[in-house]
Amino acid sequence: MSRLVVDFITCDAHGICAELLPEWITLDDWGYPKLHTGAIPPELLPHARRAVAACPTLALHLRDH
Amino acid sequence: MTSVSTGRAVDPSRRAAPHPGLPRLIPGVITDLREHLDRYGSLPSLRRRDARGAFFDAVDHSGLRGRGGAAFPTARKLHAVANGRRGAFVVANGAEGEPASQKDSTLMRAAPHLVLDGALIAADAVRAGTVFVVVDRNDVMAFDAMAAAIDQRRAAYPGGPTVELVGLPSRYVAGESSALVNFLSGGPAKPMFVPPRPYERGIRGRPTLVQNVETLANLALIARYGADWYRGLGTADEPGSVLVTVGGAVALPGVYEVALGTPMSTVLEVVGGVTEPISALLVGGYFGSWIDAAAVDKLEVTHAGLARAGGTLGCGVITAFPASRCGVHESVRVARYLAEETAGQCGPCVNGLSAIVGGIETLAAGRPAERTRADVLRWLDDVSQRGACHLPDAVVEFLRSALDVFGEEFSRHELHWKCSATDPEPLLPLPDPATRDWGWR
Ligand SMILES: Cc1cc2nc3c(=O)[nH]c(=O)nc-3n(C[C@H](O)[C@H](O)[C@H](O)COP(=O)(O)O)c2cc1C
Ligand code: SF4
Repeated sequence: MSRLVVDFITCDAHGICAELLPEWITLDDWGYPKLHTGAIPPELLPHARRAVAACPTLALHLRDH
Repeated sequence: MTSVSTGRAVDPSRRAAPHPGLPRLIPGVITDLREHLDRYGSLPSLRRRDARGAFFDAVDHSGLRGRGGAAFPTARKLHAVANGRRGAFVVANGAEGEPASQKDSTLMRAAPHLVLDGALIAADAVRAGTVFVVVDRNDVMAFDAMAAAIDQRRAAYPGGPTVELVGLPSRYVAGESSALVNFLSGGPAKPMFVPPRPYERGIRGRPTLVQNVETLANLALIARYGADWYRGLGTADEPGSVLVTVGGAVALPGVYEVALGTPMSTVLEVVGGVTEPISALLVGGYFGSWIDAAAVDKLEVTHAGLARAGGTLGCGVITAFPASRCGVHESVRVARYLAEETAGQCGPCVNGLSAIVGGIETLAAGRPAERTRADVLRWLDDVSQRGACHLPDAVVEFLRSALDVFGEEFSRHELHWKCSATDPEPLLPLPDPATRDWGWR
């Protein structure tokens, strides 16, 4: 059971996560990520990991629980 | 068991538990330590293992929940900090950032020693060497009352944990627990990204028990009189009493202690009744929501009861809003205040709240663009749960309930009809612009 969470204090609205994981992440009017809630489906997990690694401000976190 | 306080034998008298009824927390103004001890007896020491076990049992069975707004079970945090790393801290949270609330200030002025007792017994339980008592730096009376009480303690019992009194920037979010930890660690009084939560990793990375001052005052009574005594008031799920700040169109506004489970209509009777017809109640402060006056008879003062009515008890603010005033104007005023109180850290909060307030002001002014209402509703959805702290959620709850309860008045405004209010005076308390605190340090 993995969930994605955003640390909005460090997020700078680069939007890379939404490009790498459009199935799960869209952007609001100001470019900040909006995430679906709940557990990431297993088939999206590799993309989620890539998005976490690609965030320039390290604001995206994958949590297990 | 010997009677000692902060580890030292002082007063051999142990008072028999008083009647479990009201008043419990504020029987009068007791600022003198002797008088306090005469009334309550001395605080038990938890140094002995059996005393410690008995204290944790009592807190477990008491069912005490936090009085800072979130109603989190106190026992859970207490256990977590006690079982965490050594070198824990205790923080007595007297920030009272909610402008409409006065209960923490009143409690600190009337029963400073009970608050200190609670902080000291908590420190004993989690083996903390330092207690921070945090008070809004603009609340001079509460600050001075706590300072005097701490001085009396130091003189009476040298030794024991270090108690430090700290003045906090007077900001809406500064009393949030991670903001307190940030401030007490030398940073700005701004919330931090959690987890780790303060009770896991707080001040200097140590487990930190942050409790509201009213919670601590209750803890002081539970430590002395036990869980059964504590449960002698309130409901099975929400035992005890609660301090409420009742304001607006009531005969005797002020802070009252009532049993949890008291019908809202009884609370309004206790404060002398409403002085004019009311259109709504604002319950829970600006972190709470508007509830239509028609529902008053069905409301009871519990977290669960108010949640069933779509509201929240929060920190116990109950404001009777008169039908003579404009709910639209009031809601815009408060929403603007909340948006100004952003800590400026989170994109959705910074951008979203100012957009929402701009939109709602446009609706209130009348003849908005066609999309304005839809934009506001979408932004309310968008900022929900998207901040490091819950400030955006406060705005969402407050405005969604306003749009619902004052729906007709909003329509009048949008159609640019005459506002139905007959009294243009603002009612809900906001900080005085002359002394408003804009600092974070
Ligand atoms: C934006 C925000 C502001 C808060 N302000 C206060 C406050 O002024 N006083 C307070 O006791 N709790 C406040 N809280 C709640 C604290 O974070 C924390 O939950 C509480 O102090 C814990 O004590 P309790 O469990 O005894 O209620 C606030 C929470 C949020 C999200
Ligand atoms: S949500 Fe707003 S007030 Fe809360 S930490 Fe983020 S920017 Fe600050």
